[in-house]
Amino acid sequence: MNLVPLFVAIPLGAAFLIPMIGFWWKKSGEVLSTLSMVALSVMALASIGAPAVVHHMGGWAAPKGIAIVADGLSVLLLVAVNVIGLLCIIFSLKYMREYTGLPKYYGLFMLMVAGMNGVVLSGDLFNLFVFLEIASVASYALVAFGVEADELEAGFKYLILGSVASVMILFAVGTVYAVTGSLNMADVSRTIAAEWAGTEMNPALLLAAALFLMGFSLKAALVPFHAWLPDAHPSAPAPISAMLSGVVIKSLGVYAICRVFFNVFGFAATSPGSVIIANSMIGFSVLSIVVGGLAAVGQWDLKRLLAYSSIGQIGYVTLGLGVGARVLATGESTTLAALAIFGGLFHLVNHAAFKSLLFLSSGAIQSATGTRDMKLLGGLKERMPITATTTNLAALSIAGVPPFSGFWSKLIIIVAVVRAGHFGIGAVAIAMAFVTLVYYVKVQKSVLFGDVGRSVEQAREVSPAMYVPLVLLAVVCVGFGILAVTQPAIGERMLGPARDVLLNSAEYVKLVLG
Amino acid sequence: MKGLTVIVKTITDFVVAFIVIFGAYIVLYGHLTPGGGFAGGVIVACAFILLMLGHGKEVAFSRLGERMGHVLDSAGALAFLLIGWIGLAGGYFFLNVFGRGDQFRLLSSGMILPANIAIAFKVGTSLFIVFAALAVFRRRSFRSMIEDELS
Repeated sequence: MNLVPLFVAIPLGAAFLIPMIGFWWKKSGEVLSTLSMVALSVMALASIGAPAVVHHMGGWAAPKGIAIVADGLSVLLLVAVNVIGLLCIIFSLKYMREYTGLPKYYGLFMLMVAGMNGVVLSGDLFNLFVFLEIASVASYALVAFGVEADELEAGFKYLILGSVASVMILFAVGTVYAVTGSLNMADVSRTIAAEWAGTEMNPALLLAAALFLMGFSLKAALVPFHAWLPDAHPSAPAPISAMLSGVVIKSLGVYAICRVFFNVFGFAATSPGSVIIANSMIGFSVLSIVVGGLAAVGQWDLKRLLAYSSIGQIGYVTLGLGVGARVLATGESTTLAALAIFGGLFHLVNHAAFKSLLFLSSGAIQSATGTRDMKLLGGLKERMPITATTTNLAALSIAGVPPFSGFWSKLIIIVAVVRAGHFGIGAVAIAMAFVTLVYYVKVQKSVLFGDVGRSVEQAREVSPAMYVPLVLLAVVCVGFGILAVTQPAIGERMLGPARDVLLNSAEYVKLVLG
Repeated sequence: MKGLTVIVKTITDFVVAFIVIFGAYIVLYGHLTPGGGFAGGVIVACAFILLMLGHGKEVAFSRLGERMGHVLDSAGALAFLLIGWIGLAGGYFFLNVFGRGDQFRLLSSGMILPANIAIAFKVGTSLFIVFAALAVFRRRSFRSMIEDELS
């Protein structure tokens, strides 16, 4: 008996239990969600390095039954989602007290976690869509949780664009089913590899691939599908912003792109249409890096700056993955593809850590000073030393200053891009890494250092419940940076299995279908 | 007078019970005939919505309060999840561990019947709550806003 379904069952149970008993027990959300997230984080961390597991729902074997697959890539995402989720819940315990309707907040939070865990574990295209909708619908409500006018507007915008993405994904799932007669991802992958290898891409499958790419890119907020993110992420309460930027866009967007294109459609040299898909991924990534980075420079709202920065950094993640895909598709060296994908995945994990840290810090700053307008802030180093130090570490890390974690992941991505022969894209990636540094220096100058701003004079350090998650995430940012150089074996142990899943889709088919 | 005319109210009172029984039939025989938890739950919810349309929301809420609706809604979902957990005890999530019974009898096909009942509670009460929310939070007319403003 394996316990993989509990990754979905525990948060789903908590999500329904919390609002129900919340009528009588006001603290139900705090207690139950903390307990569930602790259990989920322990389970996720315990699965690192464990062999891949396939669970057949109801005992029905794949491809007829629904499979739950916990392989290297899923485990990597599970760890990111549940650990960041736990830290965001701890941060919420204090931060969310100024809001009302807390059982609903914690219920929706757990529903979102259940959806994300379901997306990364599903071995079935339609179930991936269902869990994606569960996570998305919960996040629409959470973005608008403050029910002020601009929060509702941002939530509505996110709802409309998210629904457009969902329709595209559903249509693509239907098309794939019509062509291949199966929804099981391994089975679809086997059918595509067997029937269309080395031939022209079936036009219906090409349409499905385009719809998948657009839908998942919209969930991942890649340019030109990013319009909702700069409104939605700043409007949400800080722990939700941290979840959205830290893990939601990755598990619903980047993970889904990886799984569907690497494992289902396949990037082998014989896979039809793979070069087009890989080129589109690289194109979207470069656009995201440039547009997200340049737009962030001009922002004076701290959370809006972080939101634009998320677009740019997700671009780096998909650039690594896209270059890896292109190298696989053109049949060049697998080692180079492995390097590019490793860089992309490493940046994904790093970005989950430092972007959630930055959003939680922005929440701490907002709750201490009452504003997130960078013109009114300044000199936080004096008044809030712990928050300022952790924010500073995250900013240095995301800006790619050695020896922090962000430097190494960007370095690996850029080295892979250049070795693959894309010198122009490599130059853009390096230039935009400096632009990242520019806008985080702006954050440092106008928020952390400098003269004490008007709103900061009365500010005091936030309580331990709020700064403990910040400190833990800062330790991760610094630790990954140091470990990346001194202990490459640990990085290999965490990211290696995920990379191998993406490199070899035949392994995935064998794992699920036996 | 709240609600619609006496004719509508009388007919509503008369048919509501039949609609509920029909919905319950669709739920309970879902594994034998067309239908199931979702369809039956919608039909039962329609009975309450009819009650709300005919008599106004106060009468409907006196039968099924808003809090009770939320509790039943979550309880239905939890019951469905619980069926999955029971299956896990047999080795697989949602494994059909209950006895299958004789074919074409009411008590057959193991956990499909309890699963249908759980879904019926979830879907029926959710639909009722959605409709109740629309009734409670309906947009005030322009005239009443002006009147509030003047008074």
